[in-house]
Amino acid sequence: MAEYKLLTKDFGMDGIQSLAVYERSGGYEGLRKALGTMTPDELVEEVKTSGIRGRGGAGFPTGLKWSFLPKGVHPRYLCVNADESEPGCFKDRALIDENPHQLIEGTLIAAYAIQAPIAFIYIRGEYHDQRLLLERCVEEARAAGYIGQGILGSDFSCDIIIHGGAGAYICGEETALIDSLEGFRGQPRLKPPFPAVKGLYGKPTVVNNVETLSNLPHIVIRGGAWFASVGAEKSTGTRLFCCSGHINRPGTYEMQLGTPIRELLEDECRGIWKGHSLKAFQPGGGSMQVLLPEHLDLPLEMDAVQKAGSALGAGAMVFMDETTCMVDVSMRLVDFYQHESCGKCAPCREGTYFESDLMHRLEAGVLTPAELSTLTDICDNMNGKCFCPLGDTATWFVMSAYQAFRGEFEEHCGAGGCPVKQRNAQLVSA
Amino acid sequence: MNVLTPRTRAEIEWQRDRYPQARSAVLPSLWAVQHQLGYLSPEGMAEVAELLRLTPSEVEAVASFYSMYFDHPGGRHHVLVCINVSCALRGAEEIVSHLERRLGCPSGGTTEDGAFTWEQTVECLGACGGAPAMQVDHHFQENLTPERVDAILDGVRGAPAGEGPQARPHSSRGSSAPRAS
Repeated sequence: MAEYKLLTKDFGMDGIQSLAVYERSGGYEGLRKALGTMTPDELVEEVKTSGIRGRGGAGFPTGLKWSFLPKGVHPRYLCVNADESEPGCFKDRALIDENPHQLIEGTLIAAYAIQAPIAFIYIRGEYHDQRLLLERCVEEARAAGYIGQGILGSDFSCDIIIHGGAGAYICGEETALIDSLEGFRGQPRLKPPFPAVKGLYGKPTVVNNVETLSNLPHIVIRGGAWFASVGAEKSTGTRLFCCSGHINRPGTYEMQLGTPIRELLEDECRGIWKGHSLKAFQPGGGSMQVLLPEHLDLPLEMDAVQKAGSALGAGAMVFMDETTCMVDVSMRLVDFYQHESCGKCAPCREGTYFESDLMHRLEAGVLTPAELSTLTDICDNMNGKCFCPLGDTATWFVMSAYQAFRGEFEEHCGAGGCPVKQRNAQLVSA
Repeated sequence: MNVLTPRTRAEIEWQRDRYPQARSAVLPSLWAVQHQLGYLSPEGMAEVAELLRLTPSEVEAVASFYSMYFDHPGGRHHVLVCINVSCALRGAEEIVSHLERRLGCPSGGTTEDGAFTWEQTVECLGACGGAPAMQVDHHFQENLTPERVDAILDGVRGAPAGEGPQARPHSSRGSSAPRAS
């Protein structure tokens, strides 16, 4: 099965970033149809029918999320989560680079569904050029009457503000994003109350991912029932999979959910590079547990991957060949979480520090077996005990790697260096 | 005595007035200051506070949370190299040691001629499909080799501060496009 191009069908089209070309390709027809023929409630129902689940990582049904907004409480706000920072993830950047108006149209459709007068697109600071591109597109759409007062002659008015972050992974967590957008340090808030009840400026707020919203024009045009027929039963539609690591053709590939992972690896990524073999892979970005070659026949389907002990997360697939040191990979991921811990709760703030210290000494080959055995303790004291999922996920990869590659971890103890890298060097020189 | 130019102050006021609450403009305002000064000086942050009707300490507390704001002046161009997993798997270490040699200073340092400040980061830059990758003056540079790094740095050196060339505004398949196998 090849790629299934729904969101990516216009990728690579000359000038698609301009309003004129996007319109020629059917752009803003979804917004026109929604505003002209559907009430906000009908739109929410249509999206529920589509079965679409959020593409940011947690996979929560989008229509259901919208329906949690308390009736009659206004104003409400829409926040678009473009803070993509998950290690291995670059699909939202591709969706912005390659079809920015599709995102803006989807944002306006969602804003209409929940009756939000302002939608904020929170984009990570590193995506500087993407922010400028979105700002240009918003101005273009505003001049054409898609944004502003009485959009397309309807009584719906909406503005879009592009808000740039400044380097903080935690701001991808929805309540931290809201804190950051309000002009504070981006630290998560206690839930409940959930953003749907009390979010931005204390008002009902929906936070949706870039890819989720980019689906909406297609759901409106072709119908929720049609969308539900694509993909798998409980994972409808397509997803953009960001593939990286030791493969022949890295990139983003849009696949129907339910396709076996093996097809993504072999047909789209063209297999593992240099004639090497697969040692392990991460199916959902830096936060998710490691999977092994025996898992390649799993379908790209949220629940199936979860049953195997991992998750599709944000759709980032990182493939590693047999030369990869799992201790080194774990160390880099742990370093990332230590750097990105917001410091609000002790288990995460201290735990990631202990993890990082331990993994550095393990990779350097100076850890004792007794010290290594404390890794499980450290992680047990974090997982499920942190204020937000960042601290939990800081333990998932390293613990799963420790279980699956225990011998490799133990071999590092007292080795005076990385035994895997030493073996690789011998192979090269032989 | 203001350190911010009328243009920067106007930008901050425009940001302040477009949000439902003025405080939301803190991050965009700090970007405006950094764009003008190259970093966030205490005086610059105090002016943001004055314009947004906050205290200087409130603004500083926000600024210190975010890794992309600089609290001291750096080189004319900024190089940020990703060393997270996807880049590490495809040779980030070689790029890092090449930069160390070529620029003659460790990560976080500034070259003697003041042309470059460079650093490695564990924050994934979101360019995994084009790994190893870096950003020069905010623009992505992907599929790096030591030779490509040299060519990029040579091209940037003479450019105005903070304005390195953009690699590929829009490639045929966008960011991290697949390469021919």
